[in-house]
Amino acid sequence: MKRRLLARGGLWLWVWAVLAFLFGPIITIVIFSFDRSNIETLPIRSWTLSWYQVAWHDEQVRQAFVLSIKAACAATVLALLLGSLAAFGVHRARFFGRDTVSLLLVLPIALPGIITGVALNSTFQWAGISLSIWTIIIGHTTFCIVVVYNNVVARLRRTSATLFEASADLGASTSQTFRFVTLPLIATALVSGGLLAFALSFDEVIVTTFTAGAQNTLPIWIFGAIRLGQQLPEVNVVVTAVVVLMLIPIIIAARLTGRDTFSASSTRAPTN
Amino acid sequence: MSQSAVEVREVVKRFGDNVVVNGVSLDILTGEFFTMLGPSGSGKTTLLRMIAGFEAPDAGSIFLQGEDVTARPAHLRPVNTVFQDYALFPHMDVVANVEYGLRVRKVARKERRERAQRALDMVQLKGLESRRPAQLSGGQRQRVALARAIVNEPAVLLLDEPLGALDLKLRQEMQVELKAIQRRVGITFIYVTHDQEEAMAMSDRIAIMNGGVIEQIGAPRDVYEHPATPFVARFIGTSNILDRGGKRWSLRPERLRLSLVDAPPTGDDRAPGQIQDVVYLGMMTRYIVHLDSGADLVVVRTNEGSDALSARHAPGDRVMVSWHERDAVVMDHALI
Repeated sequence: MKRRLLARGGLWLWVWAVLAFLFGPIITIVIFSFDRSNIETLPIRSWTLSWYQVAWHDEQVRQAFVLSIKAACAATVLALLLGSLAAFGVHRARFFGRDTVSLLLVLPIALPGIITGVALNSTFQWAGISLSIWTIIIGHTTFCIVVVYNNVVARLRRTSATLFEASADLGASTSQTFRFVTLPLIATALVSGGLLAFALSFDEVIVTTFTAGAQNTLPIWIFGAIRLGQQLPEVNVVVTAVVVLMLIPIIIAARLTGRDTFSASSTRAPTN
Repeated sequence: MSQSAVEVREVVKRFGDNVVVNGVSLDILTGEFFTMLGPSGSGKTTLLRMIAGFEAPDAGSIFLQGEDVTARPAHLRPVNTVFQDYALFPHMDVVANVEYGLRVRKVARKERRERAQRALDMVQLKGLESRRPAQLSGGQRQRVALARAIVNEPAVLLLDEPLGALDLKLRQEMQVELKAIQRRVGITFIYVTHDQEEAMAMSDRIAIMNGGVIEQIGAPRDVYEHPATPFVARFIGTSNILDRGGKRWSLRPERLRLSLVDAPPTGDDRAPGQIQDVVYLGMMTRYIVHLDSGADLVVVRTNEGSDALSARHAPGDRVMVSWHERDAVVMDHALI
C-alpha cells in the first residue's frame, strides 16, 4: 500500500517535471511580458501592462501580424485544396508511377527549409517575379500541402472503399457521394491538417526569409527584434499574444477530435 | 416483355491476364431467390459486382428487366447491394443509413421516415433508430444493411456473402429470416456464397461456379440428386466419384448400403470391399470402404436403434457395398 502510494507520487512528480520542461520557457516569457524592466532578472520588482500598450501601437508589429495571418490563411486554403485533391488522385487512381508521385508529394517536408527557400528564390528571380506576399504564400504552400495530403490520404486509406460503392449503389451521384459520405468522413482530417498547416505557416522563418520582399512576417520580426536586443519586452508580449491566439484553434481541434474519440469509446455493443 | 429480372449474356471479365469470369450466361427470373455458389476465386463475386455496376465486363452484356444496362453506372441501376462488410456509413445513425437511398433520390422527408420505419420493422430493429453503426452488434449491423437496401424497393437485391461474418447459430436464424423477407417483399434476390448448406437452405435455384464458368444451374434438389460434373458432386455435399464402364458416376454416401459379403444378392448394383475406417459421429457413422477394384468409397449410415448392423462392422471386415441403380448418376462431361 505504502509502496503503491510512493510509486504514484513519483509518477506525479515525473509528469510535472516533463510539463515544466515543456512549458517552463513559455511561462517565463509570459511572466516577463509583465515586467517593467527591460532587463530580464528575477525577482520582478515592478509589474506593468505598458509593454502591451507599446506592442499594440507598434505599426511594425501590426503589419507583421496581419501579413502572417494573411499568408497563413491563404497558404492553408491553397494547401487544403491542392493537398486533398492530390490525396484523392493518388488514393483513387491506379496509374504508372503512382508511388513515385506519392513520395514526391511528401518530399518538401523532408527537404531542409533552406533548400526550398533558395530554390524558390532563384526560381522567382529567374522568372522575373518580384517578392511579395504571394511569393511567401507560394513558399508556405509547398510544405503545407504535405501535411494536408498526409492527413487526408491516411484517412482515405483507413476508410473502406465499399462505403463509396454503397453510396453509388444506393443511387447517389458522384457529387452526392462526395457531399454526404466522402466529405464528412475526411472532415476531421481536413480540420487537423488545416490547423497544422496554419501553424506551420504562421511560425515559418527560413523559407520566408528567402521569399519575403521588404515586408516582415511576425516570426521574422521577432527574429530581427531578438537579434537587435532592444525590444525584448515587446517580443515577450508578442509571443504571449501569439500563444493565447493559438490556443483557440487548438481547443477547437481538440473538441472536434474529442467528439470522435467519445463516440468511438462510448460503444456499447449489445448482443441480440 | 421478358420474364427475366436479370439476363447475363456471354460476359467475360479479366483482371490483367487472369480471366475471372469466362463467358457466363444466366437468366434470373423475377421474384426468384437465386444463389451463385462457388469457392473463392470462382468469379461469383465479380459477376455480382458487374450486375451491380461496380465492374464493367470486358465482353458480353447485362440486362435488367429487359433493358441493356451494361454501360450504365451503378447509381442509375435499379439494384441494391448488401455488402459483405455491410458498408454502413459510420457517421450516420441507423435511420440516416436506411434513409440514404431515398434522400439522394429526393424523396420527401415524411415519406422517407415512413418507409424507413417500415423497413426497420421488417428487420426487427425498432428502437435502435438513433444508434451509430459502431454501437450495434454484428447481427444488428447486418439487419441495418438489409433494411437500407430493401427500403428502396429495388428490382433486384444483390447479397454478397452477407452472413459470412456471423456465428453459426445466428447465421442459421438469418437464413430462415432472409428467405421469409424475400417471400414477403417479392424482390428478386441474387445471393453469393461459398457455403453450400446456406445455398441449399434458401435458394429457388443455384448456379454452381468454378474457375469463371457455371458448372450447373438448377434447384437445390436437382443439383444434389443429379450433379452434372464431378466438381458439383463434390462441392454440393459429399460424393463418391466412380469410374465404371467408361463413364463417371456419382454416388451419395447416404444412398449406399453395407451388407455381409456372403449375403444373398438383391438385384442392386454391388461391389465387394474391405472396411478401412469407422468414424462414429453421433447421428451417423461414416465408413471408408476400400473396394477390391481399387477405389475408396465413403458410406454413411444413420445410427437408428434398430440398425444392429451399424454396430457390427469394424475395420478389416469384408463387406458388400450395394446401391439402387437410380442412385448412381452419370455425369455429363466426365473430365478424366
